Amino acid sequence: MKSLSFTGGFHIEEYKGSTEHLATEKMGLPSKVIIPLSQHIGAPAKPVVKKDDKVKTGQIIGQMQGYVSANIHASLSGTVIEIISVLTPMGRKSSAVVIESDGQDEKFYDASENQNYKDLKKEDIIKTITDAGIVGMGGATFPTHVKLVPPKGKEIKTIIINGAECEPFLTADHRTMIEFPEEMLKGIDIIKQFTGAEKVYIGIENNKPDAINILEEKSKAYKFEVVSLQAKYPQGAEKNLIAAIMKKEVPSGGLPLDVGVVVQNVGTAKAVYDAVCLNTPLYERIVTVSGNSIHKPKNIIVRVGTEFSEIFKFCGDFSLEPAKIISGGPMMGFSIPFIENFSVTKGTSGILAFSKEFSQEKEKYPCIKCARCVDHCPMWLMPSKIEKLGNAGLFDEAEKIAALDCVECGTCAYVCPASRPLVQMIRYTKSKIIDNKNR
Amino acid sequence: MKLNITSSPHIHSPITVKTVMWDVILALLPAGFVGIYFFGFKALAVILTCIISALVAEYVAGKVLKIEFCLLDGSACLTGLLLAFCLPPATPLWIAAIGSIVAIIIGKSVFGGLGKNVFNPALIGRAFLLASWPAFMTSWSPTVKFLSKDWFSLSGKIVKGKEIIDAVSMATPLGYFKEQSLTSGAHFFAKVGQGLIDSTGQVHKMGLWDMIVGNIGGCIGETSAVALLIGAIFLLGRGHITWHIPAPTIITVAILGYVFGSDKLFDPQMMFIHLFCGGLFLGAFFMATDMVTTPITPLGRIIFGFGCGFLIFMIRKFSGSYPEGVCYAILIMNAFTPLIDRFTSPRVFGKGAANG
Ligand code: SF4
Ligand code: SF4
Repeated sequence: MKSLSFTGGFHIEEYKGSTEHLATEKMGLPSKVIIPLSQHIGAPAKPVVKKDDKVKTGQIIGQMQGYVSANIHASLSGTVIEIISVLTPMGRKSSAVVIESDGQDEKFYDASENQNYKDLKKEDIIKTITDAGIVGMGGATFPTHVKLVPPKGKEIKTIIINGAECEPFLTADHRTMIEFPEEMLKGIDIIKQFTGAEKVYIGIENNKPDAINILEEKSKAYKFEVVSLQAKYPQGAEKNLIAAIMKKEVPSGGLPLDVGVVVQNVGTAKAVYDAVCLNTPLYERIVTVSGNSIHKPKNIIVRVGTEFSEIFKFCGDFSLEPAKIISGGPMMGFSIPFIENFSVTKGTSGILAFSKEFSQEKEKYPCIKCARCVDHCPMWLMPSKIEKLGNAGLFDEAEKIAALDCVECGTCAYVCPASRPLVQMIRYTKSKIIDNKNR
Repeated sequence: MKLNITSSPHIHSPITVKTVMWDVILALLPAGFVGIYFFGFKALAVILTCIISALVAEYVAGKVLKIEFCLLDGSACLTGLLLAFCLPPATPLWIAAIGSIVAIIIGKSVFGGLGKNVFNPALIGRAFLLASWPAFMTSWSPTVKFLSKDWFSLSGKIVKGKEIIDAVSMATPLGYFKEQSLTSGAHFFAKVGQGLIDSTGQVHKMGLWDMIVGNIGGCIGETSAVALLIGAIFLLGRGHITWHIPAPTIITVAILGYVFGSDKLFDPQMMFIHLFCGGLFLGAFFMATDMVTTPITPLGRIIFGFGCGFLIFMIRKFSGSYPEGVCYAILIMNAFTPLIDRFTSPRVFGKGAANG
């Protein structure tokens, strides 16, 4: 099969070898979980439990507020011991419900299977997805019930399932595709049925031939098309994925919906299946734990709210003293300041720990105008120029050269031989442009 | 446990400015060895003089002008090496040293150091020397036999019988073409086939192969197309240069040379002369690709390349006194770089796209 791609981007060293062939392991129940109420894009959920309340696994503990928000569920059964304020991996402050496990994992819902989703009405499907608190699990965490309902005048013609997993180190989506293909395909079928889309593509980078084979075989029955993609970063960025598969450009400032497309992550598809066919809300996910400081890198199935410190214990602790810990992938993830009170959220695709040597910063130089950043930017911007304008405070000029189109993928900063803080500066410039607009 | 907080991305390519510079130096070595092989020990002396003076100048300028610099980053060393490559093999060492100092100080430091200069520093050095000491800069040595007595001569003076003859000189092929007002490629090859005569009266025959490997008169590092191509392929493979500048430069010179090179139109032998007998490959692959002084946009680089190729040919063909135009062509295009960049911004993804 020919592998498709987009113009720009860069083949980044993958570092997936230590976990890509490891089957997922279910991590035992932690003794307590800390569940932030803001795990998604949009309004934080409102707590509907209080101290000393008994809760069961899958019970709503945070009620979504408004349309762009998501429900939050208890991820184990036990007692609410307190509601505290925590830092989420994205650096936001959020209140969080702390639940002490009773060790029973008693379910709040009836997990009997209902495979006859074909008979379900649209309203029922979207209600189930909404109730289950499903959000984009690739890391973007945009509420799925919002993404699946196009605004008036827009139509979803095509669904693209994102199995590119272009971030180095991460193998959670890869394992989902290999280990849960049936569940995932049914989830996709439900999404297709709900949206009325005509066509479904499943895009997978060609560094995962096993996943491509399995899904090609199994998706025949559903008439989904599996597309092999070149292993190139950021192949999984929505706009680039659409460009690679459909040769269409999402207009600047627009959404995939503008070209009739909605993109869903493979993990999200599985979560939809769990919700619709197993009544199971989203309180558990697959996380890749890797990096050179981790003794035993793993792909784990873990409850939302599990503290990072517990996860490191489960992975045999550190073989090298970590100097940097990242929630998410190394290209777009967030480095976190401490591991206590820091817990897995619905968007945590990976947890990486790097030693001092591995995370050492490169020597900084002035920009030598080598044009690598220009040549590899997937949005075809001029990152070096935006950085310079931002540095000089010329935000209007920066806007003119499309600073706002930057998706913060990090490709420019990765390839820059002078180690310019390009993404950092562009992010700042973007925020200034937006501030100036709102004034 | 002390954890570092940094902005994403958290991993970076292993390539740094330092690796880029040293890789370019490495890529130049084959041509340097060939230059030393054919021109003798004096070429090595010029190369070393240029590099050492460049490093000293970088150090002094950095201290005096208070600009950040790092001798180990390879940039000053590279400037020195490139300057040496475009000097005649018998350049007096004091001239080479002055050129190198000018290259670093006027060419780079006064602009604020690495990354800020407008013109290619090595070419600034060369242009300065050509303007100041034209006689030395146009005195070309013939190639000498490897490891012969003449090969070891430092001064370019040559031993003939018992006499020591002052710096021997001989025209470069392009210079010869111009001096003799030759009209066609066939005419040229007939003449060089019989041999060019140097200032001592000795005859140097040369064939196509000599022109390709670099057994002809010229600057230290420019004569060997083969060695330069090996270096260029290495740089392309490492991603340090792209085809955008060298390809249009070379193609433009080749086409113009072919069509308008001689008195009649369409002379394939003229194309060969333009490609292999001057500094085109050194210029196109190593000077016109200098990152700092060339456009960053893909289209801009292509335009830059065409501009260089066009100017190289025009200077070679029409200027009264300059047989070679690579240096000035690139310097002129350097001046246009900011303008080219401004008008060739790439189309942003999703803007003005023809969707369908
Ligand atoms: S990659 Fe870095 S050094 Fe090269 S042009 Fe961009 S900012 Fe400058
Ligand atoms: S971070 Fe922004 S500017 Fe840099 S490569 Fe990605 S899209 Fe382009």
